[in-house]
Amino acid sequence: MTTGPNQVLPRWRLELIGISKSYANVVANEDISLRVKPGEIHGLVGENGAGKSTLMKILYGMVRPDAGQIIWNDKETLIESPAVAQRLGIGMILQHFALFDTLTAAENIALGLVGRPPLADVIRRVNELGQQYSLSIDPMQHVYTMSVGQRQRVEILRALMQSPKLLIMDEPTSVLTPQAVERLFDTLRVIADEGCSIIYISHKLGEVQSLCHRATVLRQGRVVHTCQTNLETEESLAHMMIGSDPPKLREKDATSLPSRTRIEVRNISVQLDDPFSTPLDNISFAVREGEILGIAGVSGNGQQELFSVLSGEIAKLKSGSLLVDNKELTTLSPLQRRRLGLCALPDDRMGRGAVGIMPLTWNLLLTSNGAEHVRHGFIRFRQLNASTEDCIRQFNVVAPGVNAKAASLSGGNLQKFLIGREVLQEPKVLIVSQPTWGVDVGAAAAIHQVLLDLSASGCAVIVISEELDELFQLSDRLVVMASGTLSEPVKRADFDRDAVGLAMAGQSPSDQEQEATDAVSL
Amino acid sequence: MQFRFEARPTPSRKVFWLSPLVAIALSCLVAMAIFALSGLAPVASLITFITEPVSTMYGFGELLIKAAPLILIAVGLAIGFRANVWNIGAEGQIIMGVIFSGGLALAYGDSDSWLVLPGMVLLGLLGGSVWASIPALLRIHFRANEILTSLMLNYVAHFALIFLVHGIWRDPAGFNFPQSKPLGEAALFPVLIEGTRANLSILFAPLAVLLAWLLLKRSFLGFQLQARGVSQSAAQYAGFRADRAILVGMLCGGAAAGVAGVAEVAGPLGQIYPSVTPGYGYAAIIVAFLGRLHPVGILFAGLLMALLYLSGDAAQMILGLPPSIAGVIQATLLFFLLSTEVLVNYRLRRSRDLSSGGSIA
Repeated sequence: MTTGPNQVLPRWRLELIGISKSYANVVANEDISLRVKPGEIHGLVGENGAGKSTLMKILYGMVRPDAGQIIWNDKETLIESPAVAQRLGIGMILQHFALFDTLTAAENIALGLVGRPPLADVIRRVNELGQQYSLSIDPMQHVYTMSVGQRQRVEILRALMQSPKLLIMDEPTSVLTPQAVERLFDTLRVIADEGCSIIYISHKLGEVQSLCHRATVLRQGRVVHTCQTNLETEESLAHMMIGSDPPKLREKDATSLPSRTRIEVRNISVQLDDPFSTPLDNISFAVREGEILGIAGVSGNGQQELFSVLSGEIAKLKSGSLLVDNKELTTLSPLQRRRLGLCALPDDRMGRGAVGIMPLTWNLLLTSNGAEHVRHGFIRFRQLNASTEDCIRQFNVVAPGVNAKAASLSGGNLQKFLIGREVLQEPKVLIVSQPTWGVDVGAAAAIHQVLLDLSASGCAVIVISEELDELFQLSDRLVVMASGTLSEPVKRADFDRDAVGLAMAGQSPSDQEQEATDAVSL
Repeated sequence: MQFRFEARPTPSRKVFWLSPLVAIALSCLVAMAIFALSGLAPVASLITFITEPVSTMYGFGELLIKAAPLILIAVGLAIGFRANVWNIGAEGQIIMGVIFSGGLALAYGDSDSWLVLPGMVLLGLLGGSVWASIPALLRIHFRANEILTSLMLNYVAHFALIFLVHGIWRDPAGFNFPQSKPLGEAALFPVLIEGTRANLSILFAPLAVLLAWLLLKRSFLGFQLQARGVSQSAAQYAGFRADRAILVGMLCGGAAAGVAGVAEVAGPLGQIYPSVTPGYGYAAIIVAFLGRLHPVGILFAGLLMALLYLSGDAAQMILGLPPSIAGVIQATLLFFLLSTEVLVNYRLRRSRDLSSGGSIA
């Protein structure tokens, strides 16, 4: 389904003409023009920082443009607030859901409605819409018991309750399994066929290609190109998005290395006090010298907890042990583990992996604080400055200098710096979580290369990620995390997207038929 | 036309250094306005207000003995504050310094041993630390908020002191006043500047500034404390121990306050009263923030605050104004300092008009 159903309709649902917006020191949008037909699914693609979010905030009345016109249903319109946007018929579904965990789905939906419709009416409408668009949820279910996919359905239903004319979706698939993505796309196509336009924001070009009729590519705040997606390839879109050909990675050779085990995790179980954390259940795995182990899974299935257990931030285990080079580290602090060669880098770069208001030198010292940088309890500033310069140069970090605040770096450059910080400590084991989350394509490729090089030098690397492409590209073996348990590892030669997707949903292949019949009956 | 604050891309170094000066200038303007309203010559009165307290050598000495404990305590507290450890109990820690050292002073003050004074300093340091360790341990083991526990322990310490000076420490020759007998010669700091009350103990303040600077700016321990202060999750990720940060942060303040207590009894007071501290423990919190939690900044802030305390007397005696005028000007200064500090990270911008829908070039 790649052709628009409403090409005969003459008028535009939405026209943006010359939208510009700049902040203190950055131009977020410059002279952006965009047109969306009724019933069109329009992709908005671009790297992080290309200006997608700003443009959508303008459209939803959250940000005022410095210049430009918004024409809604052929009438010039001023969208002053999200309330105005909603009244016009614009619905928005954010990447991070805005639902109250302790309320039921129906209560959450009712909260967003104008007036105070009786809850019984809301439940009836939710059920009707759910049937119509294959968005099955139980209106009486509490949100905290729902899976991410279910929560997203609640968000979509909430938007549909207002009978929107335009639906904006921001990176909606980043939290879904491949199967759930297909299901979402089917729903979106039905919605669009009924005349509702959809603006679909994503950096996943394959999805844009398969779902959208047309796409607008943004780069550095400007429109680079607007195209029919059926006339483009994923590669040509990537080229437009980055402005050059995507960087090529050295291929990982699939031969298994007969080498010794570097890190071994034995039967680790964890139960935290926090009721919203995921308990870990009997986790065991081992990674050898020179190997990259990928850990896939939908976020919130225990990856955070597993990372913190490995890094040493969670010290209270119910059972189990952790060994690096046959040395038990289970009871050691993160600092002590690092001294013994186990380094870790979390996905929340700012605030945990780095401190934004501290200069790069101090951020290097945060984890790189061995004898090289600290002697007799005092900081060796000369060596620290030299190491920071090294790290900046060696990993191509774009930074004004060693004293630049971490917060002044772009996401990609900060991540390159932080990965460099860990790599320069020559770890025996490196654990990284979401290494390229929110990072531009160039930096992502550089980071992947660093990880490949590191593993080639004998380090055991563990990559926790929600991006399957990334894991398929890097991993020698892959495990899937679901509900706090790990699946059996799969070798590189046997990687299979569908099987991984099912495992992410917590299903074994034998459940597959059940899922298939479910999908049909909806 | 509207004005709005806009975040600066990077904090302004220039405004960082300029803002205290601007705040002082604005406070002077307010002070002059108050003098003018009271029917005094604004400029002349301001000059009197500021310079009178330090116009004599004796007055200068008074400034130093007032500033020294403020600086000493504030520097100690600042180390904790930078680690996100909120010690509000310096007042009680001063008193514990007095109680610990006072026992030694009363017992051996009349001997001529040179060991009495160093012993008092050590005991005072110990007393303040012991008192500060209570909220620290409560925090570490029971997650009790140290602001509340350290504050409440101030009253406990105060009543302990009252109990002692009304009881076993009461001077038998003191006409039943609640005070100890005067301390002996061996328990008093020698005078440093002839003709003033400024004694050797004022040197603890610059020493503390130096030590705190080394700790905060040069040592790895100081880095760990400050990392925890700005981001607990980063410190946890790096493996910096939270319990150690809490303990060190509290003990620095406690030790400094304890020594400041010794300096009071073995200095200008020379005797143990129920009111050994005129609120130094609380004023030091203001001094610490006035000096932006930087040891050198605190040095200047302490001198400034001490000057304003003394100016209150000058206002009363020479200008004929109530002494609370000094409090008004102190508060004004604090207000301006905090409000100009906003400009370090933000700048004032005139926001553009947004006419309806049309494009504005």
